[in-house]
Amino acid sequence: MTTEPPLTGTAAVPTSPGGIRLAVRDLEVRLGASGPDVVRDVSFAVRAGEVLGIVGESGSGKTTVALALLGHARRGLSIHSGEVRLDGVDLLRLRPAQLRAARGAKVAYVPQDPSAALNPALRIGTQLEEALRVHAGIVDSPADRVIEVMREASLEATPEMLKRYPHQLSGGQQQRVSLAMAFACRPSLIVLDEPTTGLDVSTQRHVLDTVRSLCRSYGVAAVYVSHDLAVVGGLVANVAVMYAGRIIEIGAAAPLFAGPVHPYTRGLLAAIPSPERAELLTGIEGQQPRPGHRGAGCSFAPRCSFATDRCRVETPEPVSIGGRTVLCLRAAEIAGDGAARPAAAARPVASGSAAALSLRGVCASYGQTPVLFDVALDVPEKSCVAVVGESGSGKTTLAQCIAGLHRNWTGDMTFQGAALAPGARQRQKDVLKRVQYVFQNPYTSLNPRKTVGQIIGQQLEQFYRFSFRERTERIATVLDDVSLGRSFMSRYPDQLSGGERQRVAIARALVVEPDLLVCDEVTSALDVSVQAVIVELLRRLQRERQLAMIFITHNLALVRNIAQSAVVLCKGAVVESGLVEQILEHPADPYTISLIRDVPKLAVAGLADLAGLPPDQIRSAVRTEPATRPASQPINPARGA
Amino acid sequence: MAVVTPGLSPAGRAPARAAGGRTRRPEWLSSLWAAARTTRGAVGLVLALLIAALAVIGPWVTPYQPNALLTLPFAKPSGHLLLGADFIGRDALSRVLDGGWLLLLMATAATALGVILGAAAGVSAAYLRGVSDGIIMRTIDVILSFPQLVFALLLLSVIGPKLWLIVLAVALSHAPQVGRVLRSATLDVSEQDYVKAAELQGMRPAKVMMKEIMPNLISPLMVEVGLRLTYSIVIIAGLAFLGFGQQPPASNWGSMINDNRIGLSLNPWAVIVPALLIALLTVGVNTFTDAVARVAIGVERRPEEAALLDDLGPREAA
Repeated sequence: MTTEPPLTGTAAVPTSPGGIRLAVRDLEVRLGASGPDVVRDVSFAVRAGEVLGIVGESGSGKTTVALALLGHARRGLSIHSGEVRLDGVDLLRLRPAQLRAARGAKVAYVPQDPSAALNPALRIGTQLEEALRVHAGIVDSPADRVIEVMREASLEATPEMLKRYPHQLSGGQQQRVSLAMAFACRPSLIVLDEPTTGLDVSTQRHVLDTVRSLCRSYGVAAVYVSHDLAVVGGLVANVAVMYAGRIIEIGAAAPLFAGPVHPYTRGLLAAIPSPERAELLTGIEGQQPRPGHRGAGCSFAPRCSFATDRCRVETPEPVSIGGRTVLCLRAAEIAGDGAARPAAAARPVASGSAAALSLRGVCASYGQTPVLFDVALDVPEKSCVAVVGESGSGKTTLAQCIAGLHRNWTGDMTFQGAALAPGARQRQKDVLKRVQYVFQNPYTSLNPRKTVGQIIGQQLEQFYRFSFRERTERIATVLDDVSLGRSFMSRYPDQLSGGERQRVAIARALVVEPDLLVCDEVTSALDVSVQAVIVELLRRLQRERQLAMIFITHNLALVRNIAQSAVVLCKGAVVESGLVEQILEHPADPYTISLIRDVPKLAVAGLADLAGLPPDQIRSAVRTEPATRPASQPINPARGA
Repeated sequence: MAVVTPGLSPAGRAPARAAGGRTRRPEWLSSLWAAARTTRGAVGLVLALLIAALAVIGPWVTPYQPNALLTLPFAKPSGHLLLGADFIGRDALSRVLDGGWLLLLMATAATALGVILGAAAGVSAAYLRGVSDGIIMRTIDVILSFPQLVFALLLLSVIGPKLWLIVLAVALSHAPQVGRVLRSATLDVSEQDYVKAAELQGMRPAKVMMKEIMPNLISPLMVEVGLRLTYSIVIIAGLAFLGFGQQPPASNWGSMINDNRIGLSLNPWAVIVPALLIALLTVGVNTFTDAVARVAIGVERRPEEAALLDDLGPREAA
């Protein structure tokens, strides 16, 4: 009786395999007992066997909503009003003991980081049985149920496996143990909080497949929280897009991705890189307002290109457009504008032929464990080479070898005709200056006790002997270059957003005018909309400054946007290298083929299908979808089972 | 290209601060201030400051000469001897007022010296790793194998009860413990990418430790200072009680307890008051330190602030 959920971009209709299991109405979470609201006016419904996606940038309140579904509010927050009805029972009205009994048995939670959620001191068999024992009487034989859920989660249900400790499992296996644990008691609702963030694309795909099939076969209602629209696109029937604590657009997934109405949703979709086309990524500039600073009017207005004066004073109320609820004053006017696909990116100028950096037979190891095998790589002058690989492929080690952070390597590295010494300490100052490294995580790469001016100034202090005025001038210039401006000089890192921090890190690298820039997964800690801004920035700077650049990433979709050639790393060895087009369109190695296949891109494909249509046809495509009850409309509480 | 300015070093330092622009309250001050605003911190701070004020102002307001023999041993409190007399008939109140400042001074000096030594050892061991780590940490293990008081007594019994030696002995007994704590704190900080970034700039290790690592160790350092100050007070008072400290006839809270305890039934005040003062000072400093520690790890942060940090803070990169 289950129908295929819309896996492709065609305007499929979310069918109802069962009745409504979860109905949330007017949920409001506040800071403290009566502080400003963190989340408000959140209403949606999920049917049995269906998955609802909640997407948004970090800080949009999506995790707060997810936890409220379990009747939980984090320290300092309180659930102020609203109801969360699961099978007719309002979880928010339960007494603590009843709520405890419901958690795990009726509502299950899968956290973001399984390595932190599983107890490292207990065998996984013990942990799986624990949930069943706490809720005694759910099953007669916990051991049998454990084997059953292990199989369902595509884990080997062997005694050896059950005896393992969490650290003996891979990240994907750990997440599947979490899934098995959540499904063990056959709950009615399962809340997944970014369960695939931090997993490789292939692992991510397997985990998503598991979630999908488990939800369908047991009629579980699921809520899937993610910042990654591409992941959500392939999995869910309905999507709720959150911004600054409110749902700004909610509706069936496929038409929403094909024809987003709210400017924010459009922005998010335009920011997703596509592995099929090289195109200009447009991110969303600015930051969302924090709770208590959301002011009057539409909270997205300051970042919105459609905003009018009215948007800045009048708070939008939900309007229904084409079976979807949108929180935008101008929704009706701009719905017809269509979602313009970003412009194709200009092809990069021809790169220099001479190699700026050339690696031959580079092998590296951590202690006794070898991690890189015979790596050969050429970075031509003025051109960008992408190094692609999953976690554990050795790509960060390679970057650190080049930068001089990892000393334990052998082989030949030639930079501008001269051999590179293994460690930074053995390198000439001049070499250190010309090879610059941008770290993966901008939250740890800037000293929290220094201002932006000091951080960038210190780089200059180490390599040049400038006067105070000259130094300040250079810092200001480079801050302008990364679109921050000199007012940022006196800020501390904790006053900056993730994207701003990463720009500071890039400015620090560029201020000494390097010849080679090594970027190690510089966008992996950032939101998609910010990632787009940073990638565009890097591309512009690379072209303007004629930099040679190594762009390390696990995201194949980004490669085409920034690099001219690419190298695919697998388990420490280069399996394929060549021009980007050639690798993405005619991959030769099975590993590359599987990488490309596993990139989640369903939402984008759906968008591309409709992108060719004129705006009015998109609107009709969205409108002609049969009238199913919009998920966000109020639901009669008496409906529950 | 590079404009070399004469007199670089003074000019070279100023820009870093000037480029910093707007001044922000230094970290250590702001964490002390935050701690003082909690109930726990306020109580501790007021208590400690009261006793410290008593010890500092005391010597100027003594009603009698602390060493003057005035009456019978262990005389009961009376109108002009508010706390009675001590074991040879001196005014107990005058001796209490006079007997605190040196204790406080020595405790502060021993703490400062111990924390500086320990921090230097711990930070360099953790950052330099390898052989330096081995040598420093094994030395620390050796010193740690003596109980703190026994170690001090050992030094004092060899060289004699000199005041500077007491300070040094107490400082030396603190250093290993401070070193251990700061070593583990440094291990976390030195793994941070900003430290690697500084290394990539070719910065010398000593400078990396001073400019990149130390500013991030302020919180554990503050906690250590408070904790060690408490211990210093107890140890120095204890040594005085055992007869290692100021020699008679100087007044000292620690030695007062020892000298007067035989007359406990005759005039208990000569023992109770100095003991109470030591106890209150210790409790006060310790309570305040505890508040600082809680603020540092965020337990005592106002809940809304903590929630915001959780909700809107960085998403940890995998």
